[in-house]
Amino acid sequence: MTDISAHPSGKRKTSSLLQLDARTKRRNAAERRFQIYGLVCIGIAMVALVMLLVSIFSGGASAFRQTFATFEMTLPAETLDPDGNRNPEEMAKVTTIGYQNVLRQGLVTAVRGANIVPEGMTDADITGMLSPEAAADLRNRVLNNPELLGQQVEIDALAHGRIDGYFKGRVTMQSAERDANVTPQRLQLAQAMADNGLMALRFNWGFVTKPDASDQRPEAAGLGVALLGSLYMMLVVLVLSVPIGVAASIYLEEFAPKNRWTDVIEVNISNLAAVPSIVFGILGLAIFINFFHLPQSASIVGGLVLTLMTIPTIIISTRAALRAVPPSIRDAALGVGASRMQAVFHHVLPLAMPGILTGTIIGLAQALGETAPLLLIGMVAFVRDYPDGPPAGLFDPASALPVQVYNWTQRADPAFVERSSGAIIVLLAFLLVMNAVAIILRRKFERRW
Amino acid sequence: MSFIKLSVSALALAAVGATASHAQDRDTIQVAGSSTVLPYATIVAEAFGENFEFPTPVVQSGGSGAGLAQFCEGVGSNTIDIANASRLIKDSEIKTCADNGVTDIMHVQIGYDGIVFASAVDGEEFAFTPADWYKALAAQVVVDGKMVANPYTTWNEVNPDLPEQPILAFIPGTKHGTREVFEEKVLAAGCEESGALEEMTALSDADTAEEACVAVRTDGKSVDIDGDYTETLARIQSDANGIGVFGLSFYENNTNALQVATMSGVTPTTETIASGEYPVSRPLQFYVKKAHIGVVPGLKEFVTFFVSDDMAGPNGPLAAYGLVSDPELAATQAAVEAEETM
Repeated sequence: MTDISAHPSGKRKTSSLLQLDARTKRRNAAERRFQIYGLVCIGIAMVALVMLLVSIFSGGASAFRQTFATFEMTLPAETLDPDGNRNPEEMAKVTTIGYQNVLRQGLVTAVRGANIVPEGMTDADITGMLSPEAAADLRNRVLNNPELLGQQVEIDALAHGRIDGYFKGRVTMQSAERDANVTPQRLQLAQAMADNGLMALRFNWGFVTKPDASDQRPEAAGLGVALLGSLYMMLVVLVLSVPIGVAASIYLEEFAPKNRWTDVIEVNISNLAAVPSIVFGILGLAIFINFFHLPQSASIVGGLVLTLMTIPTIIISTRAALRAVPPSIRDAALGVGASRMQAVFHHVLPLAMPGILTGTIIGLAQALGETAPLLLIGMVAFVRDYPDGPPAGLFDPASALPVQVYNWTQRADPAFVERSSGAIIVLLAFLLVMNAVAIILRRKFERRW
Repeated sequence: MSFIKLSVSALALAAVGATASHAQDRDTIQVAGSSTVLPYATIVAEAFGENFEFPTPVVQSGGSGAGLAQFCEGVGSNTIDIANASRLIKDSEIKTCADNGVTDIMHVQIGYDGIVFASAVDGEEFAFTPADWYKALAAQVVVDGKMVANPYTTWNEVNPDLPEQPILAFIPGTKHGTREVFEEKVLAAGCEESGALEEMTALSDADTAEEACVAVRTDGKSVDIDGDYTETLARIQSDANGIGVFGLSFYENNTNALQVATMSGVTPTTETIASGEYPVSRPLQFYVKKAHIGVVPGLKEFVTFFVSDDMAGPNGPLAAYGLVSDPELAATQAAVEAEETM
């Protein structure tokens, strides 16, 4: 045997751990570059997120506050109860238009009494300060309690959207001059009323609890019906998609023979998960409304459509969670004499639970933000009546949170811009809570091997 | 686990049971259709819910065509009761309706709406004629006796009196009823007014010429907006050269962001539209399924309330929002009372 000479020249190449050679430097540089690329990518994502949040919160935070006019007035009994017997059924003949006139007269008396009306401002101009919603509120209050008639009561009325916009900085004296819905005098009066404690901007629960409102009273629009509708739909999705999805995936993963049929089913489930959501809406219209004759705009149909959409997501994540449980667990259970069902339900399923829960919640969160399938089943609509309690209320017309955002962005009145951003904040809060629950559940039940 | 099982099965059973009992009856009025009529319909629906014992009607948007398609699906509790439209129902739609058993249809006109042309509030002022719009938007125009692709790129090339500003128009997409009115009252009228119709008829035949009048250029100078007026407004705010087509009520709610152009020298207001001076207006209406009156509670009351003087009259909330009140409202009220069908 001869010595293998690595360096025919006979000169051995030396290297030092302390002094990096060119190749190592190149490799290190590549690694640093990669890290920088990664940081840049994260940076872009963060900037986009921050921009989104800033634009939504700067635009929408004001939706949670609303301007109210507070003044005292006597409710004229002879106008509001012409029959004089305090019977709510007969008093209901006086419409909101009648109440509006009464309320306006009360406001005129109050501000003229306080001596804060700008010179030359007419009574007719003053009456435009209040929201039409205030009359409806007063009417409900009086019909619920007819004894208020003839008494001095404190009125807490929503101010007109443009007046509200003035206190939020959306409407200025300059824009008011060009604006057909408000005059600079009204803004002066609003300022004077605020200085005298007759008008104030304060937190408005109505934004979360009240129903949608028409274009004429953006100040009164709220998310109440949309929240209930979304809640009902999530209930339907949860009750239907979790048992169906989990049962299907347990069968496919643990019991089904591996043959051509199960392959076909598997491919189809993966395909379904990628189908655009509007397709499920078309399916829902054809099956649930046209064939089963379920009502339009009802949260049950919305829930069923979203269930169809969510099931593939749940099946895929449940199967992944089941596959992640080590076979040794199953083998050990079967080895001590458990049946396959016992092995699955007593041992595998509890261990797969965190993964299943996470998948379910992510599926639900996805369904919560979906508008497209609801378009075709009539849920993208103006709905003002609260649905009844479940289960009957599932069949009442309802709206949904993302639908409300979509609807409000299409309204003509600029006051709806802040409301749609406000609705997005509520939707984001919902999603945040759901995702936080997913993370907590996963942390709590997670097992490592 | 057993509690969960119990509650799940209880809910499932309740759902099935409720399906059976709720499948047939419906107590809420269902309305769908034109996005131009939508704000008026919601204003009336809101007031109706407040003042009557009936539930507030559910109003969907989606465009006149989509609403009428839904309307013509058939008779029964899972079809809509009222279709809003910013154009008249077409013969083909009446036929579809009849094929599906929707025969007795009530046509209710609620008033008029002006179509206005508006640009960014701090931009140039415009005074249009229909001929300007035809020349600016036509796909092909006649130059020296030949049909050529529209060569105009700025408004002053179309009409020397207009400012030198690139042509960029945001017009309603084909699913909107407004588009049809725009084609008929602006493009076709402008085509005739400018004499292009005659020239084109001489070149080919009358039908082709009429079609060519309303064919809109597709080189990016004219943009179809399939969304609502808010989308048109957003486009104008991002590109100051844009001129958009709006409903009068939308413009009146956004006077701080938009300035309106005159058409043939007339400024669009409720007065000029009511008198017919302003040329581009159309009636707004809705169609009611007579078969649903008496079945869906409150339907007749809702329709009556919609056209009542308190709502659609010249001093009502609809007029305050921008609807041009119909001078013949009393006739409409009588027709609704008698449940007259088309």
